[in-house]
Amino acid sequence: MTTTNQVVRDVAKQEYKYGFVTDVEQESAPPGLNEDTIRFISAKKNEPEWMLEWRMKAYHHFLSLLDGERLPGWANIHHPPVNFQDIIYYSAPKAKKELASLDEVDPEILSTYEKLGIPLQEQKRLAGVAVDAVFDSVSIATTFKEELAKHGIIFCSMSEAVQEHPDLVRKYIGSVVPHTDNFYAALNAAVFSDGSFCYIPKGVRCPMELTTYFRINSEGSGQFERTLIIADEGSYVSYLEGCSAPMRDENQLHAAVVELITLDNAEIKYSTIQNWYPGDDEGKGGIYNFVTKRGICQGRNSKISWTQVETGSAITWKYPSVILRGDDSIGEFYSVALTKAYQQADTGTKMIHLGKNTRSTIIAKGISAGHAQNTYRGLVRVMPRATNAWNFTQCDSLLLGDQCGAHTTPYVEVRNNSAHLEHEAFTSKVSEDQLFYCNQRGISIEDAHSLIINGFCKEVFKQLPLEFAVEATRLLEMNLEGTVG
Amino acid sequence: MLQITNLHASVGDVEILKGVDLQVNAGEVHAIMGPNGSGKSTLANVLAGNPSFTTTAGDATFEGESLLGMPPEDRARAGLFLCFQHPIEVPGVRLDHFMRAGFNAIRKSKGMDEYDVLKFDRLLNERVDVVEMDRNLTKRSVNEGFSGGEKKRNEVLQMAIFEPKLSILDEPDSGLDVDALRIVADGINQLRRPDNAIILVTHYQRILNYVVPDQVHVLIDGRIVRSGGKELALEVESRGYDHLGRPAEATQASG
Repeated sequence: MTTTNQVVRDVAKQEYKYGFVTDVEQESAPPGLNEDTIRFISAKKNEPEWMLEWRMKAYHHFLSLLDGERLPGWANIHHPPVNFQDIIYYSAPKAKKELASLDEVDPEILSTYEKLGIPLQEQKRLAGVAVDAVFDSVSIATTFKEELAKHGIIFCSMSEAVQEHPDLVRKYIGSVVPHTDNFYAALNAAVFSDGSFCYIPKGVRCPMELTTYFRINSEGSGQFERTLIIADEGSYVSYLEGCSAPMRDENQLHAAVVELITLDNAEIKYSTIQNWYPGDDEGKGGIYNFVTKRGICQGRNSKISWTQVETGSAITWKYPSVILRGDDSIGEFYSVALTKAYQQADTGTKMIHLGKNTRSTIIAKGISAGHAQNTYRGLVRVMPRATNAWNFTQCDSLLLGDQCGAHTTPYVEVRNNSAHLEHEAFTSKVSEDQLFYCNQRGISIEDAHSLIINGFCKEVFKQLPLEFAVEATRLLEMNLEGTVG
Repeated sequence: MLQITNLHASVGDVEILKGVDLQVNAGEVHAIMGPNGSGKSTLANVLAGNPSFTTTAGDATFEGESLLGMPPEDRARAGLFLCFQHPIEVPGVRLDHFMRAGFNAIRKSKGMDEYDVLKFDRLLNERVDVVEMDRNLTKRSVNEGFSGGEKKRNEVLQMAIFEPKLSILDEPDSGLDVDALRIVADGINQLRRPDNAIILVTHYQRILNYVVPDQVHVLIDGRIVRSGGKELALEVESRGYDHLGRPAEATQASG
């Protein structure tokens, strides 16, 4: 018994390994949010007039929400109010000049990514993975661009896309998550600084994994990236995002927006390994992660699949969703959320069935340790036209110790009688019997925990691209590390 | 190999073992019989270090070292194996991965090389025959959805993989039909060697027709009341436990 409690305490206390700060000269906007902030960001990025107008519209909408105190209050999370005038909305490493190649990137930044396990240099690149590296408010580098261009694939930073592919950006940006969607989506639309843009042309199967790695470095800054992925007819892409931040006592805000669009017969597989700084074991510091992610299966027989492994952030508030507009389209959501110490996660998904024969699957696994609170919140909505819609939902919770909490809040709205919905949920603890069984086979308490937890998460992990599944497993193990046998 | 002296153990406030003495040497098979609730399974679990039980007096030494206070994984690494009466399910963990994790943890503790997947697969392919087990079963989650017979066979398979010095089999025959019983018993017999020992806990004499014990002990109310050869099991079979006397006579009878 004591050993188990020890493990639970240690789980709650494990150290964050990506908490270092990179010492580079930064160029920042002054803290605070007003029209000038937005003009500053827009000017920094040399944006066309329409983009600035788009931001301004969002900003004024955000102001009206803020003044009307219309902040989202329904989530099972608790934090002091965020002062939006204290945040630095733009912070970038000072570029000495226009970068002609990766060799000119500040070596400090290159070594940062290397420490994070994301080498960017030509000779060390991850085979078969193209990376866009976002450092605070800007994209530092995107690898394998030429290789991808041969297939007609566009993979670049959002800032570059606004310059190089304005028609595509203008057509799709805000089409899935409009600035009026919610409070943080409005804020993001006003001040978004960078992010990734990806376009897969008709009939192309993207030959490699695309990855964006987000790193918050500067003190007092927030990160507001915006990602847009468009899969044209009959195309396929697998995309992964990773993230981390230094350890700081203050809370930093991360409010991203991700929009996915699939046309006829296209498929996007979007995976996230979220490892923002979660705060210390007393609950001090950590990232507030308020993210809006949504995809639309615009075309018939198209598919969007979200897989997320959430281990970081002081607060996670995100609901990657799929609008199933095209007939026969498929939406999937696979999630593992591990919360420990004083972390809070309110996460889940929305599946909106509009088209006929649309199918969705939701598998959510929540693991809580320490004093953490873990909530699954999901909505399955079947609209009148969605004949023969099908949904399967399974949300399971695993508790480590007796001071944490797991909550499940499913919403179901069905307006078509032909819909078929199934829902399963259970909450369990790692049992003493399971631990003893493992111990009796020579497996230590610590390894037994990670074995049992990995087993619990297996259905989700098997959705991840192979090498990231390994990373996710390692990440969970790391979060369980530092225990006595 | 195993020396148990005046062992007392409890669950919560209830004393279950009330002074057990037993000596097991290499190459021997000891059967422990007794009615329901006599403490047979408790003895097996206490020896394996199940934290649900507390030892309150006495001692048990394994190869000269006291087991008391030794964590269960260290006992396993020292070569003590418990074949569970009710094998535990571990959802999502593949049986072959589970076995390899334990197998390697034990090897590692001895400073030996760990087996990679291929090498372990070869070992597994070889050993599944001991209990005539379908290799595909080892690709499923540990004990999840296994039939009673499959669970028991799986325990003996693990015994074959781990090659322990001392195996404690907690009712390996319970709930088995005749064919499955024969398979399990055959498996156990194949694993009998001059350098290892087996304690076989059972309710019925039946399995002892297949796995012939060197000694039989009858445990009643937390004490060994009679010890003898394999004929003692037949006596139990024909006359039941009731005639074997009150626990008060235990000290004289055991030995």
